[in-house]
Formats: sequence, C-alpha cells, structure tokens
Amino acid sequence: MIAIINYGVGNLFSLQSSFKAINFDVVITSNPDEILKADKIILPGVGAFGDAAEKLFSSGLAEPLIEQAHNKIPILGICVGMQLLFTKSFEFGEHKGLNLIPGYVDAIAKIIPSDLKIPQIGWNALDIKKFDGVFKNSKQGDFVYFVHSYSAFCDEKYITSTTEYGAKITASVQHENIFGVQFHPEKSGDVGLNILKAFCEV
Amino acid sequence: MITKRIIPCLDVRNGRVVKGVNFKELNDVNSPVELAKFYSDNGADELVFYDITASSDGRKIFTDILRETAQNVFIPLTVGGGISSVKDFERVLGCGADKVSVNTGAINNPSLIPEAAKLYGSQCVVISADIKRVGNQFNIFARGGRDDTGIEAIEWVKKCVGNGAGEVVVNSIDTDGVKKGFDLELLEKICAVVNVPVIASGGAGCIEDFITLFKKIPDVSAGLAASIFHFGEVKIYVKDNNILVRL
Repeated sequence: MIAIINYGVGNLFSLQSSFKAINFDVVITSNPDEILKADKIILPGVGAFGDAAEKLFSSGLAEPLIEQAHNKIPILGICVGMQLLFTKSFEFGEHKGLNLIPGYVDAIAKIIPSDLKIPQIGWNALDIKKFDGVFKNSKQGDFVYFVHSYSAFCDEKYITSTTEYGAKITASVQHENIFGVQFHPEKSGDVGLNILKAFCEV
Repeated sequence: MITKRIIPCLDVRNGRVVKGVNFKELNDVNSPVELAKFYSDNGADELVFYDITASSDGRKIFTDILRETAQNVFIPLTVGGGISSVKDFERVLGCGADKVSVNTGAINNPSLIPEAAKLYGSQCVVISADIKRVGNQFNIFARGGRDDTGIEAIEWVKKCVGNGAGEVVVNSIDTDGVKKGFDLELLEKICAVVNVPVIASGGAGCIEDFITLFKKIPDVSAGLAASIFHFGEVKIYVKDNNILVRL
C-alpha cells in the first residue's frame, strides 16, 4: 500500500486522483501505524517551509516517516514535501527539516536574474541526469509544472534532474530510497503520471 | 526556460459551460468535464473554471463538477467566481482546485488576500481584475463587470500583489469578446508594476493574437481565452520560433 501523509498541508485530492488514474491504490493517512505498514510513502506539501515543518513535526508523523526511511522504504517528497527532506531551510528564518538528504533550501531569487518572475509558475523542461528511479519512463526535455520560490541546494550526487530558470534549479533529487521532486507530477499531465508510475514501481 | 502558458477558460453555470460576449450574451457550449478533458488532451497548460452560478444549489453542482474534473484532468486548475471568504477557498481547494482567483471578494473584503495567502501560500491566490477604461484612467469593475468601483486599477493590482496575491489575471472588459487581440496597453502598464506572473485575458480572436501578445509584451506569462477554443477556431498550440511553448 502507498501512503500519502496527511499532515494538514497540500492538495491531497488531486494527488490521490492521479494515483487512481494509473491504477495504484493509495491511502491518505494521518495514522502513524499506517505509515509504518506502508511499502511506499508520499510526502506532499505546499506553502511555506516553516509552517509545513511545524505541522509535520507536531503531527507525530515525522517519527514513523524517519523510521521508514531507515527501513529503506521508498519515500517521495513533492514540492515543499521534497524541501522537507533536507537538513534545513532559510525561508523566512531558519527551520529544521527531516535531514534525510544533506543540504538546504533557499530562495531562487539569490541565483536567478532579477527580471525573472518569482514564483516560477508554469511548465519547464527537465534536464534528466539518469533515466532510472522516477525517470524510468521519462524522456529528456519532458515538461513538468513548477510552482515555487525556493529550491534545494545540495551535493550534485543527489541531483537527478535540473531545470533552467535563469540558472540551473534543482528539479529532483534522490539519495538511496529517498526521492524528491520540486515540480508537481500530479499536475504535469501524462509526463507527471509517468513519473508517479515509475515511483510506484521502484 | 519556462514556457508561455495557453489557458482555456470555462465559465460554468448550472453545470454547463457558457461564454459571455462582453459578459452579456451567453451561449450554451458543452459539458465542463468533457471540455476540460478535451483541452488537457490537446495541450492546454492549465484550466480556469469560473463559477457564474448565483444560487447555492448551483454552487453545489459546481463543486461536484470541479471534483469530477480533478479526478480526470491532471493539469493545474484555477477556480474563481463567488469567492468571498477563506471558507470558499477551502471549499474549492478540497475539490481539487490548485489556485483560487478572487475579484469582487477582494474588493469587498480587503483582508481576504492576505488571510488566504497566509493560510494557503501566495502561489494559491490569484487576483483576477476586471478592468475597463473610464475617462482617462483604468478602473476596477466588480460583479462580473457590471459595477464600476471607481478604484484605479494599476495601483490596486499592485496593492493586491503586495498583500500576497501570487498571480494576476488581467481581464480587459474593453477588449473582451471583440476578438481583435489582447489589451496590450493595459497589460504593459500592469507588467511594469508587478513581479509575479501576469495572465492576459480578453480579446483573443485568433492564434496570431497570442503570438502578438508574447512578442510585444515578453513579461506576460500566459494568455487566457474562452470562445476561440470552445468553437474550435484555433488549435491550442502556438507555433512560432521565437516563443517557447510546451508541445
């Protein structure tokens, strides 16, 4: 069973619908036992990092999630859910993340030209480094939907794809069984469904 | 680089898609779910659903349609119409909307945008401004383009963005339904004062109007239209060597 962690953040209805569309059973849950029983876990998230982190840590769901990460259960963080996988974030102050991948989250404004719009909202192409993991069914240059003002900064070895928005922006990461995508696969049409399907088959 | 977005807009009343010309004459078009699926399959980058229902029964039908659409269409959905409180945000977000656009609600309740932005993030809050020339300035109109609020539009849009709106839909009443192209003069003025994505709406009559829009005002992020798509007058794809779109 694939568990979508419900800690009060994110558009879970669309996410659940997208898994139904590719014929995988998912359960939306805020029950720690269900997370411990899951064979795959999705960590969604939108909005500000600090708020999301606070909700996740106070929900009592971070512990079973971290335990499952150590059990080598595949985990996919989406958007702010991906950002939460990192050590910390500098969005409105400094906030601790789950520290499942070494690195930090910071404003894209610090690395892109000032004439570009923030947030980055829209479809951008992926520069995929390796066609395995969540990109098993993908093609170079596939377009996916982004909505974000912050992104992950980490060792290159964790970065599985980037996108060009005035600078190279981290679009996805992987560290062993921990996966993260900055974009929204559940809102990226067939390309996105392919990515979710690949994760389900990891 | 990020692509220019092409966004079909569906005005929904009593469970059907309708399209107003200058916001008045309404013609029945199609089933919203079918039409949304059709657009998504044909390359639409995003969809906007406007609820133009007046009754609470109609509102229930609308959210049912929204839920059914979100179960079948996997591109971003923006929902507007009758959004006057954060409760309304919650109602449509729970049915699969990704972004919520406010217009009259933001005029009547100045705290709506900051409250919603705080709760759901700026990326979720779209200010949809119905704008018309009055004398020698641009004014904000309320209630589907019926009431002149007397509010000067450019400063007002800037203020909404400052309050937390993450995207702006500029809906020109002067060019809407005329099919002679987008309101470039107005769009240029708005783009000069905000740093969030601006979506042009009102006036697209053919695909060249989108090309003109993106060439003349490169700061515009997206073009929105209804009737040209509903009646199959153009294909959704904008093909031009100098404009990057998703194909």
